[in-house]
Amino acid sequence: MAAPQVRLSGVGKTFMAGRPPAPLHALGPIDLEIERGEFFAVVGPSGCGKSTLLEVIAGLTPVSGGRVEFEGRPIAAEAPDGIGVVFQEDASFAWLSVAENVGFGLRRLHLGRSELAERVRRVLQLVGLSDFATAYPAQLSGGMRQRVCIARTLVMEPRLILLDEPFGALDQQTRLLMGDELLRLWRQTDATVFLITHALDEATMLADRIGVMSARPGRLIDVVQTGWPRGRDSRIMEHPEFGAIAARLWKTLREESLKTIGRDAATGSAP
Amino acid sequence: MSRVGWYRCAIVLASLAVLEALSLAGIIDRITMQAPHLIARDFYRIVVSGRMNSAILKTLANTLAALGLALGVGIVAAVLLHRARALRDTLDPLFATYYAVPVFAFYPFFIVVFGLGDLPQILIGFMLGVVAMIVNTLNGLDRVPGVLLKTARILRLPPADVALRITLPAAAPHIVTGVKLAVAYAFIGVIGSEFILSRGGIGYEISFAYTNFDNAVMYPLIVLILLASIAINAALSRWERALLERRGML
Amino acid sequence: MSARWRGSRNALLLVAALLAIWQALYWWVGDSALASPLATLRYTARMVSSGDFGAHAYDTMRAFVIAFAFSVAIGLAAGFWLGFQRIAGDTLEPMLVAVYAIPKLTLYPILLLAFGLGLSAKVAFGVVHGVIPIILFTLAAVRNTKPILIKTGRVLKLEPGEMVRWILFPAAVPEIFTGLRVGFSLTLIGTLLAEMFASQRGLGYLLMTGIGLHNVEQVLSVTLLIVVFAAAVSVLLLQIDHRLHHGISRGS
Repeated sequence: MAAPQVRLSGVGKTFMAGRPPAPLHALGPIDLEIERGEFFAVVGPSGCGKSTLLEVIAGLTPVSGGRVEFEGRPIAAEAPDGIGVVFQEDASFAWLSVAENVGFGLRRLHLGRSELAERVRRVLQLVGLSDFATAYPAQLSGGMRQRVCIARTLVMEPRLILLDEPFGALDQQTRLLMGDELLRLWRQTDATVFLITHALDEATMLADRIGVMSARPGRLIDVVQTGWPRGRDSRIMEHPEFGAIAARLWKTLREESLKTIGRDAATGSAP
Repeated sequence: MSRVGWYRCAIVLASLAVLEALSLAGIIDRITMQAPHLIARDFYRIVVSGRMNSAILKTLANTLAALGLALGVGIVAAVLLHRARALRDTLDPLFATYYAVPVFAFYPFFIVVFGLGDLPQILIGFMLGVVAMIVNTLNGLDRVPGVLLKTARILRLPPADVALRITLPAAAPHIVTGVKLAVAYAFIGVIGSEFILSRGGIGYEISFAYTNFDNAVMYPLIVLILLASIAINAALSRWERALLERRGML
Repeated sequence: MSARWRGSRNALLLVAALLAIWQALYWWVGDSALASPLATLRYTARMVSSGDFGAHAYDTMRAFVIAFAFSVAIGLAAGFWLGFQRIAGDTLEPMLVAVYAIPKLTLYPILLLAFGLGLSAKVAFGVVHGVIPIILFTLAAVRNTKPILIKTGRVLKLEPGEMVRWILFPAAVPEIFTGLRVGFSLTLIGTLLAEMFASQRGLGYLLMTGIGLHNVEQVLSVTLLIVVFAAAVSVLLLQIDHRLHHGISRGS
């Protein structure tokens, strides 16, 4: 069996937070292996460290303990080549057109003008934004702006795509449709997808495997295998196993979420 | 032009008409102000004769010098302060109360130290404009969304690229607001100083004309300053608007 | 260290730094152009206790207070009207903003010709400076009233008078106060500028005579008094402004 694309061994993260600054154990220890080409989702209660986990894999934050390896090489505090990230907030550049946004990262690769334009055109077609190449993000809907961010990530041809609650700001129906799109892009690009979401139905319908995180400090307390066929879409909701899987996720998650709410009620703070 | 645009034109024209009527009727006497059409005639005469050209150039040169200093020092200071949290926090009360203090009160002091020349005026214009530039540039730098900087790291951009291709365009609307204010303040500072005490420039000419009851020179020059300041401010505002509109920030 | 303490400490550090720079400049430039902070303070004490000074200070204050009263009255009235009358507000607002950017000292000779040398011209000039921000801020405050507040008032079945008193006015106060604060500073600047240009009496006049007689200490003393007064009042108003803005938005 091929070596896993991403390996986390005993990964932990502690921040200094509050006044006066005190150590806050946010994450870990976590052991996790993600295979090349799989779709892995992570769900967990608010504040459990899901985003921190993503930032650690992306190389945006150094770990406090343990190690992270991407394609066999350890990740320090720099983003390795071959990883793309789609954030929850809108990260499109408001002053550039859609096409300029998508082509932004390609400048560094010193491609010829026509090759760059061709790659941008292909990706825009892939995400369905061909008609909006010259539009500006301010003229687009929230869902379309996220597609611009996804396109900008895809055009770099990453081998691992990390998404941090990318559809969090969208309404439910748009989310489901965007989920279908994400599956289609996953199949067409053959990349590995690591998705963080707080929506259980989204995780259940999209992923091959789903990791459930505990309340802070976040640890992986369950990993559920869905076994869905690769050619799936949101209508997998009709599958008899769907409800059972979602229910199993919620059973574990509900306890952890109650812990989070209970703790916040006791200390009077928000997650 | 939009409906409100027509209303504004109407208001301006109506005001001029009223002034004209009051002047012709003698309610506004000629010593206070001559009729608008006469002001226009005097304006034309001055432009054609070119006798105010050296004064105009002097004011323009001093204003540009003050502006250049304000922009240069302002941007550099803002970039440095954005990194140095402690220093920025210490200077915060100064920035907050700065425009409450009559900066012109320092003009006599500058004259005493540097003598009556161009430098005191340029310094006043600079002092007035620089803080607006610093505060607005800092504002712009603050508001660069963190997610854009994270994106830059994922795309593995070198620091110069991040500064020029992400930070600068993201902060641009606020920087332009700062420029707009700095221009207005530099102009106000230089002309105001020329008024109070100076040896040349348009402000000086207006003050001289006033003391000599020379309305034929005074009013056209006042009109010149009004038109110049409104035109420049309008142009910069349009630029500011364009930046905001494209970014959907309006 | 709490935020309050840090704020005070920063302010003290700033003042100390400014005094240090002043002293250093004095050592560099010498007696002909500057006076040391200590000498200035001593001269200030002497000047303030002299009978003459009181008259000048009174002149400035009188012009300023009258000008500010007019600015507030006209500013609030015009601001409210323009805020409620959509079309009038949309039409006039950019024109007012344009006037804001004009070097208003250029208009002063016109005011002098219209009002003559004396108090009325000074007051008029102070008003020209101070009234515009009050109008603009009040206009914005009225215009930016959140529709949800009006809906809430309707749901609670409030009468128009109660709506204004209990919801609309309190919601608009923070922004209106900011306008008053800016108007205060600008009216003061306008009054002083008027005195500096067409000198007759007042603190601005003292500044100009200081130059004429090359009385360095006088120039510095009057400047110091003006700066300290303006800064002190501004800090006070800022505190109130801060409390108004944060009190309203607490919990939102």
